[in-house]
Amino acid sequence: MLTSLAFYLFAFVLLLSATMVITARSPVHSVLFLILGFFNAAGLFVLLGAEFVAMILVIVYVGAVAVLFLFVVMMLDMGFAELRKGAMKYVPVGLIVGGILLAELAIVYANWSFVPDYQSNLASPVNADVNNTEALGALLYTDYVFAFQVAGLVLLVAMIGAIVLTHRTRGGVRRQKIAEQNARKREDVVQVIKVQPGAGV
Amino acid sequence: MMEIGLEHYLTLAAILFTMGIFGIFLNRKNVIIILMCIELILLAVNINFVAFSSFMGDLKGQIFTMFILTVAAAEAAIGLAILVIFFRNKGSIAVEDISSMRG
Repeated sequence: MLTSLAFYLFAFVLLLSATMVITARSPVHSVLFLILGFFNAAGLFVLLGAEFVAMILVIVYVGAVAVLFLFVVMMLDMGFAELRKGAMKYVPVGLIVGGILLAELAIVYANWSFVPDYQSNLASPVNADVNNTEALGALLYTDYVFAFQVAGLVLLVAMIGAIVLTHRTRGGVRRQKIAEQNARKREDVVQVIKVQPGAGV
Repeated sequence: MMEIGLEHYLTLAAILFTMGIFGIFLNRKNVIIILMCIELILLAVNINFVAFSSFMGDLKGQIFTMFILTVAAAEAAIGLAILVIFFRNKGSIAVEDISSMRG
């Protein structure tokens, strides 16, 4: 009873915030509603008994991705009102495409069912004695260790890519260049001049 | 109605997915909102994965959810970086201005 009430609450707020994400006037509001939606999705995951994924969702999405969006939206000063101009022109085609997709999904879900003996085909059945985090860790570091490493590699490449893309060297800034300092030789920069008394340089 | 089954979660994910697609059409000019809509679509996929994982008693779905999350984070970082340098060069992020490659 309480579980179903919680499901409807989380689902309702999630769909409401998704609506606000796509219709809000300012992108800052969109990002904030996106954060609210992620929190509610995390609540749904907790209801499903996937606590670890729920916490990862809060940390990665709310803590990193949404804050990144917020930074970019606030950093770039663009004419957002102008971007919304003429947006209504695409509503009919959007409704058509969205309606077709929803109808297709409804058809798939209505005619779909588990195979009778799917319980014997599970790749990694849940063990009731172990909690969710422990079970996921035991699986991730054994069966999926290669995929795990590749995921880390993807993140590394994304990090390097983002740094390389956004890095720029400004002109007119005096920075310390260690290599140039070390490459200086005494003969290049110091000059000994014999000065005659009373003659000046 | 009161008993929450797999169908409830699948319906929710389907509506969320459709909303993400619709959002791309509604905000056709604003790349930032389009990126956010892609995040919504990936969230719908994650809900499907976790719901199936929970109702079938198979942990594989949750493992894949984590990989989707990783790729989504990388995609958001790269997408926003491209957006920042595009804005720096052109002073605008409208989608129709992104046509210098005549694609």
